[in-house]
Amino acid sequence: MPKVKIDGFEVEVPEGTTILNAARQIGGDIVPPAMCYYSSLKGSGGKCRTCLVKVTKGSANDARPLPKLVASCQTQVLDGMEVANISSDEVLNARRGVVEFLLINHPLDCPICDQAGECHLQDLSFEHGLADTRYEFERRTFEKIDIGPYIKLHMTRCILCYRCVYTAQQLTPERVHGVIGRGDHAEISTFIEKAIDNDFSGNVIDVCPVGALTDRTFRFKSRVWFLKPMDAHRNCEKCSGKAVAWMYGNEIFRVTGRKDQYGEVHDFICNTCRFEKKALEDWTIEGPRDIDRHSVISQNHYENKTVTVK
Amino acid sequence: MSFWERIYLPAILKGMWITLKHFFKKKNTVNYPEEKRPVAPVWRGWHVLKRDDQGRERCTACGLCAVACPAEAITMTAAEREKGEESLYREEKYAAVYEINMLRCIFCGLCEEACPKEAIFLTDRIVPSDYVRQNFIFGKDLLVEGTTPEKRIDVTKRQKHIVEKQWL
Repeated sequence: MPKVKIDGFEVEVPEGTTILNAARQIGGDIVPPAMCYYSSLKGSGGKCRTCLVKVTKGSANDARPLPKLVASCQTQVLDGMEVANISSDEVLNARRGVVEFLLINHPLDCPICDQAGECHLQDLSFEHGLADTRYEFERRTFEKIDIGPYIKLHMTRCILCYRCVYTAQQLTPERVHGVIGRGDHAEISTFIEKAIDNDFSGNVIDVCPVGALTDRTFRFKSRVWFLKPMDAHRNCEKCSGKAVAWMYGNEIFRVTGRKDQYGEVHDFICNTCRFEKKALEDWTIEGPRDIDRHSVISQNHYENKTVTVK
Repeated sequence: MSFWERIYLPAILKGMWITLKHFFKKKNTVNYPEEKRPVAPVWRGWHVLKRDDQGRERCTACGLCAVACPAEAITMTAAEREKGEESLYREEKYAAVYEINMLRCIFCGLCEEACPKEAIFLTDRIVPSDYVRQNFIFGKDLLVEGTTPEKRIDVTKRQKHIVEKQWL
């Protein structure tokens, strides 16, 4: 099994593991951020470039460093490889540049956006980005689109990570939406705004790293930090039924899948659970969900477990 | 006690002398509300929810004031702006209900600092007293400023303060 050293931490991983996943096995600050890679979606990754790392030593056989920064979600580890992530200024500078590029066309409407507080782009720009923009031209804008009765598409906010396209492709039998257009004109579309009526279509909301795809049944209802995320389950014949109920008092405001520490869902839930079961008696509430205490979602909540996992 | 202490007269006269002296001293109190004390430009009193120059409400119900509030005095309910309401609200989302519990508020000004839309400001107006607790829950009727020029509430000094802070 190849051994790889990331920022000085050594880890032994199976053949074919990517640098990103090796770093996730170590955990902590050295894990590169990822906007497009999603571990439970095949083929995702390699698009956003936020996970760029520097390979300072190619392998045990060939000690030369790789000439350019590589996308850690796509590059497989070799035995003896040494990788620099946060210990390299070059990587941090490149990442800052990537964040600036991602923010070029992204609107500054976080006060309105329902994703605010759990948005990966917000976290990323807070950590790496600049407070001001150097972009002087008009940002591209799109009309808001209702994809079916449950999902709202704000194409203006989209960063084209393709996660939702992979979700639609891999969770549903027929693909009804994709990316059309090229380069700056690329946009997520359902072709003639055709409604997605598949049972698992709601998962595109969970996989979206920004607020481009949002829940219409939760639209402007509340802010995520006013709600208490509770682990909940119900008997569902279509999906695992394991979800998070976002509650305010005894009222369930919205239901999402269970995201891990990297914001990724592994048990996708069906539309019935997500959009239609919002009564307290539909769910068995297990208890408060572990939320990192530095997250805005855990603000003003005093019922967290004493030990939290970052 | 001696004879002079027992008759109390010298003690009473001594006390009356102090009282008499206070007749001619400068008074510490003012006749509020006819007379008002000068306050600092950054005095933090009764909040105002500002409108922009076209008279539209600036607040977009983002909830940052409520999450910043250490006393948890602020609550709000958001609503989506309908077609035809563009002259009322600046953003596509607005606060349908916005309440500050003035009994909980500690006038720290963190809501003003958290506001990304420069919508909420603390002004130099003093919150009036009342007999009923219910009346201290200020809704939008008491917080949002009027649209007419004379009903606008001037916060330029405070805005300048924010501008200066940004330039520092």
